[in-house]
Amino acid sequence: MDCVTFHVNGRETTLRDVSPTTTLLQYLRGPMRLPGTKEGCAEGDCGACTVVVLDAQAPGGPRWRAVNSCLLLVPLLHGKQIFTVEGLREKPGDEGLHPVQRALVDALGSQCGYCTPGVVMSMVEACHRPDLDAEWKLDDQMCGNLCRCTGYRPIREATREVAGSRPPDRLSAALAQKPEPQPALDYGTDSARGPQRFWIPTSWAALFEVMEAHPGHRFIQGATDLGLDVTKHGTHFDALISLQGLDALRTLEVDGTRWSVGAGVKLADLEDASDEALPPLSRMLRFFGSRQIKNSATVGGNVCNASPIGDLAPVFLALGATFIAAAATGERSIAADDFFTGYRTTALAAGELLARVEFDIPQASARFASYKVSKRREMDISAVAAALRVEVDDNDIITDARFVYGGMAATPARAHSAEAAAVGSPFAEATFEACAAAVASDFTPMSDHRGSAWYRSTVAANLMRGFYLDVSGTPMPRLSDRPSGTVLGGTPA
Amino acid sequence: MKMQPNPRSPLHQPALHDSGVGHVTGEARYVDDWPLPPGALHGAIVTSAHAHGRITRRDRAAAQAVDGVSAVFFAEDIPGTNLIGPIVHDEELLASATVHYVGQPVAVVFASDLETAQRAAALVEVDVDPLPSLQSIDAAIEAQSYLAPPHMIARGDADAALKDAHASVRGEIRVGGQDHFYLETQAALALPEENGCLTVLSSTQHPTEVQNEVATILGVGSHAVVCEVPRMGGGFGGKESQATPMACMAALGVHHTGRACKVWLDRDADMRITGKRHPFLGRYEAGFDQDGQITGLKVELYSDAGWSADLSLPVLDRALFHLDNAYFIPALRFQGLACRTNRPSNTAFRGFGGPQGMVVLEEAMNHGARALGIDPAQLRARNFYGAAPRDRAPYGQEVPAAHNRLGTIHDSLMDSSDYAGRKAEIEAFNAGSRWVKRGLGYQPIKFGISFTKSILNQAGALVLVYADGTVQLNHGGTEMGQGLHTKMLTVCAHELGVTVDAVRVMTTATDKVPNTSATAASSGSDLNGQAVAAASAELRERMRPVAAGLLELDAAAAAELRFEGGVVTHPPSAKSVPFAEVATNAWLQRVSLSATGFYATPGVGYDHATGSGTPFFYFAYGAVVCEVEVNGLTGEHRMTRADILHDVGTSLVPTIDRGQVEGGFVQGVGWLTCEEVLFRDDGSPVTTGPSTYKIPAVGDVPVDLRVDLLPKAPQPGVVHGSKAVGEPPFMLAIGVVTALRHALSGFGQADAKLGLPATPESILRAIEGPQSDRSSGPQRAL
Repeated sequence: MDCVTFHVNGRETTLRDVSPTTTLLQYLRGPMRLPGTKEGCAEGDCGACTVVVLDAQAPGGPRWRAVNSCLLLVPLLHGKQIFTVEGLREKPGDEGLHPVQRALVDALGSQCGYCTPGVVMSMVEACHRPDLDAEWKLDDQMCGNLCRCTGYRPIREATREVAGSRPPDRLSAALAQKPEPQPALDYGTDSARGPQRFWIPTSWAALFEVMEAHPGHRFIQGATDLGLDVTKHGTHFDALISLQGLDALRTLEVDGTRWSVGAGVKLADLEDASDEALPPLSRMLRFFGSRQIKNSATVGGNVCNASPIGDLAPVFLALGATFIAAAATGERSIAADDFFTGYRTTALAAGELLARVEFDIPQASARFASYKVSKRREMDISAVAAALRVEVDDNDIITDARFVYGGMAATPARAHSAEAAAVGSPFAEATFEACAAAVASDFTPMSDHRGSAWYRSTVAANLMRGFYLDVSGTPMPRLSDRPSGTVLGGTPA
Repeated sequence: MKMQPNPRSPLHQPALHDSGVGHVTGEARYVDDWPLPPGALHGAIVTSAHAHGRITRRDRAAAQAVDGVSAVFFAEDIPGTNLIGPIVHDEELLASATVHYVGQPVAVVFASDLETAQRAAALVEVDVDPLPSLQSIDAAIEAQSYLAPPHMIARGDADAALKDAHASVRGEIRVGGQDHFYLETQAALALPEENGCLTVLSSTQHPTEVQNEVATILGVGSHAVVCEVPRMGGGFGGKESQATPMACMAALGVHHTGRACKVWLDRDADMRITGKRHPFLGRYEAGFDQDGQITGLKVELYSDAGWSADLSLPVLDRALFHLDNAYFIPALRFQGLACRTNRPSNTAFRGFGGPQGMVVLEEAMNHGARALGIDPAQLRARNFYGAAPRDRAPYGQEVPAAHNRLGTIHDSLMDSSDYAGRKAEIEAFNAGSRWVKRGLGYQPIKFGISFTKSILNQAGALVLVYADGTVQLNHGGTEMGQGLHTKMLTVCAHELGVTVDAVRVMTTATDKVPNTSATAASSGSDLNGQAVAAASAELRERMRPVAAGLLELDAAAAAELRFEGGVVTHPPSAKSVPFAEVATNAWLQRVSLSATGFYATPGVGYDHATGSGTPFFYFAYGAVVCEVEVNGLTGEHRMTRADILHDVGTSLVPTIDRGQVEGGFVQGVGWLTCEEVLFRDDGSPVTTGPSTYKIPAVGDVPVDLRVDLLPKAPQPGVVHGSKAVGEPPFMLAIGVVTALRHALSGFGQADAKLGLPATPESILRAIEGPQSDRSSGPQRAL
C-alpha cells in the first residue's frame, strides 16, 4: 500500500492513515495547521477555500490552477504541488508580500477578510495567465470567489492590475521545471466506518485490473460533484478510482474538422480550445461554473454524471457527437442520442468508461448557438440550457434541425416536434415562431427553486425566437463581453 | 491607491484596512482558526425536522454510544435558565416540550471531532407530534398571530387627504427575506477557567449579550464570563443576537465536561438554524396633488418575524420610521404588525427594517409618477424635506433644513450622471430594440441614525499608554470587516497625537469595556468614536503638564502645546519633545496612564404610545442613478452603470467609507434582484447553501461604478464631523427597482406586478403580463 505524497508551499507532506475521502481543505486546516484557507460552504460555490495546484499535464505546458480545496479529496493531489495563502509571502513583514497580496491590500480589496485567502489564490492564477485580456475574462477568473463585503470593485481593480504580470515568485520557478508524470497510487485506510481504497492507475491495463477486482468502484475526476456526496451527504466511498493518471484521457485532438475530446479534458481547457473554433461550445462553458470548477471538472465527469441539465450534453447532442466507451475488451461507439438512458443513467455498461467524445465542426450551412439561463448569470445551475442548431440550404430552407434542451426533462433531450416544425421550412421568423409554439408540447418541465415550470417552458420557447435573431447575422455567434443575458436578442454585441 | 498620510494626523486621510495584511496572508485569525487545547470537543446541533409540534420523546442513547462522543445535552442539562433572547427572553436554547420551526435546536452533541459529532447528532431521536404551522404572512394575518399590538404613527387626516387628492394610487408589495451569508458561519469557542469561570471566543456583534446569556444559561453572575471577539468574517446584523445560542451551547459543554468546546456551524446548519432579513408585505394608498406632491399616505406593514420576538419589534419600528424616506408627507397613517410564524426567527440585517419600509414607499412613488406622468426622479425631488413646515418627520422629529443635503446631492448627481440626457438616449434605444430594453433609476435616501431603543446609545473605551509611548486601545465595538478598528485607531492616534503605528487595537473583550451595546445600527464609530476620543483626550491632558515640565513651560504655555504625529511641540517657542519621552516621564512622575471614556447620545427618545419623539440623533443622506438592461426573452438583466453620491459627513477615513458605500449598495442589489430565500410548504428550507442561494458575484456589479462622498459636509455633534455609513447605502439599491420598471415600460408593462427579488423569472412574468400569474410561482413550487 502506498502513501499519498504532495507538496504544500514547497514542503513535502505524506499521508498514511488519513481517510482518502478527506478533503484537501480539511487536511490543510486540521493536520497541516494551515487555517488561512477558509471553509465558506464546502460545496465549491463560494471560493473561500481556493488554493492553486500545479497541473503538470496541462495542454501547452504546466500551469497553476485555482481550485476549490473543499471538494478535492487528498489522494487526487498525489505527486502534485499546491500553494495556499500562507505560502506566498517571500519574507516576513509588509515588504515580503506577494504582488497579489500587495495589490489587494492597497485596493482595500478585503473587509471582513474571510473570502480573501481564496480571492488571493484566484488572483495568483490570474497573475500567471497570459490571456486575461478582456473585462469578461477577469470576471470569469474571479466569479468563483463570493465576497459579501466589498461589492467587488476593489477586487476587480486589483485583479486587473496583476493579471498576466507573471511575477518572479516561488510559483514561477515550478512552471520552469520539467513536468513530472503522474505517479500511480494504491492507497487505503481503515476506520470505524470501514475500509476505503483509492487508486490512481497510470495504464489502461492497470485500470482494467482494478476495475475488475473491485466491481463496486466509482470513478473520480475533478471531484466537483462526487466531492459533494462526501461533504454534504456524508457518503462512505470504499473504492474510488481516479482517472487522472491516464494521459490519453487528457488529449484534445483536432484533425481538420474532426474533434476528439478526451474524457479527462478539463472544462477550462475545452473552453480555451473552443473559443474561436466552436463558439456554441465556448458560450456554454462561459457561464458553466466558476474558474475553479472549470479548472477541476472534466468533460467525462460532466457527461457521465448524466445530470438532467448537464450543460455540455445539449451541445454534444446538437453536434451529433459520438461517445467512445472503453473496456478491457476494446472500444465501442455510442451515438449521443442513445447515451442518456434515463434520470442520471447512461448507456455505459459495467466494466466500461467513457474514453472520449468525437464530433465534427459544423459546416458553413449550419446555424448554431447555445444558451444557459440561470438565476445568476455566473456560477449557477441552469434553469434551462439549450443548444440549437439548424442546417440551411442555398434556398434558405432548413434541411436539418437539432434542438436540444437541458433542464426540461429527466435527461438532456431533443425537442422533436419543434425540430419537425423547422425541417423543410424557410429560415425565417415565422418558422421559429412555429418552433417556439411546438416546444411547449415537447416537454413537461418541473418546478423547483431554479424556476417554475412556466418559466422553463416560456424560456424554452423564447430561446427559439432569440436563436433566430442571434444566428441571422452570424452562423455561430460568440457572446459579447458583457451580455445582458444568454440571448443576444438582436442587440449589438 | 496612493495613501497620502498627513504627518500631523491620520484623521480624514485615506488609509488601508487595519487588518488588510492579515487578511491577504491568512494570518488574521477567526474563531474557527484558534489553536485548540488538548482534549477540546466539537459540537453538532440536533434540530427539529418539524415546523411546529409537541416533543413526545427524545433518546440520546445511540448517539452517546458512538466512539468519540463525550456528551449529548438536552434542555434539562442546562443548569441555569433555558431561556434567551435579546429583548424578551422567549427562546429556549434547547427545545424542551415544543418545537416552533424546522431547524430549531433540540440537543447538542460534543465529540472529539466534528465529523463524529455530526454523525452522532443524526442518531439522536426526537419524536414530534405535529401541530398546525403558520408558513406565511398571510396565514399569520388569517390567524391573527402577532407579536404585539400594532405600532401606529399618524399625522393629520390621511383619509381626507386621499379623498381630496388630484390623483391617488393604491397597491400591495411583497418583498422577500435575505440570508446574511456572512462568509464566516456562526462560531464560538468556550474555554474553561478556574472556579467555574469561562472565556468565550465568539463571532458576535454583541459580546455583552453573549456574556450575559451564557451567565443566564449557566446560572452564574456575568463576572464569571468573559466574551472576546477577535474579529468576524462578516456580520451584517446576523451576529447581533443570533451568535448567542452557539456561544451558550459551547459554554454548556464546558460546564459539564471541563474541556474546551467549540460550536461551529457548517453552511447548511447556519442557514437552517439562523434567522434572516424579515420578509414584508406592504399595502399603500397615496394621494398626490397635480404637481406630484404627496398630500396623504396610508401604509400597512406586516413583517414575518418568525417564531420568536428576537429583534422583530424594533425592526418593524425602523420600517415604520422610514416610510417617509426623504419626503415630507403632510397627512399620514402608518400601521405595523409583526407576524409570528413557524419560520426561523428573523433578525437584524443591515438597514434593520428601513429597506423594507422604504421599498414600499418607493413603489408608491413609482406608482404615483406613472399615474401623473411625471418623471420619477422629478417627482421624488418635489417631495423632499425642506424648510419649515416641510421639516417634520411623521413621528414629529425635526429634519433640520440646515443639515438637509437632499437638494445638494440631487442637483449634483443629476448633473454628474447626466440623468436627463441618458434618459432620452434610453427612450430612443428602447424604441428601436425589440427584445432588450434599458432603464434608468434614481433613488435618494434619508436614514435615521441611532438605536431606536434609546438606552442602547452608549459606549465605552479604555486606553492604555505604556511608558515607551505605545498605546493599547480597547473599545466596545466589534470588527466585522466594516473598518471600525481602522477608524477608532485613527481617532485615538489623532487625540493622543501619536502615529497609528504606535497604537494597537485590542481584541474586543467584556473584561475591558463592560455593558456594551451591539455593534449595530451603523452606530459603531459614532458611539465608540466619542468614547475613544474622550479617553484619549483625558490621557493627553494628563500628559500635558508633564510635557510642559520637560519643555520648561509655564501653565499658560502648556495650553499651547500640540500633540501631533508622535511629537509634542510648543509652536511659539519651537520647542518639542517626543511623545514617548513624555510617557516615560509621566510614569516616573506617577501619573496614571490608563483612562476610560464614555459617551451617551444626548436628546434621543421615542414614545410608542403616541408614536412620536426624537428617535434619531441625525440623518444620513445619499442618492444613486443606476442603469439596467433587461432581456425580454429570458428576464435576465444586468446593471450597466451606477453613480452614487453619498453623505458621510466629514469622513473619518474616506477609503473605508467608500468600501461601505459600495459594499452596501451591492448587497442591496442582491436583496432586490437575485437573493431568494425559499421554503417548502412544510416549513423546511430549500436554500441552505450558495448552490441554491445566489448572492451577487463579481459579474453582477457594473464595471462603470462611480462613487463619490459628498464633500464639505461636516455633521455637528458627531465625532470629528463624521457620519454613520454602515447601513444607509444599502437602501440606494432600491433604485434598481425603479430602473427595472423603466425598462419594463419599454415592454409596455409599466404597471406590471414585479415580485421582489426581481429574479429573471419575476421579470419575465412582468414582461409576459398577467397571464403568467396563472401558473405557480417558485415560492410554492419544488
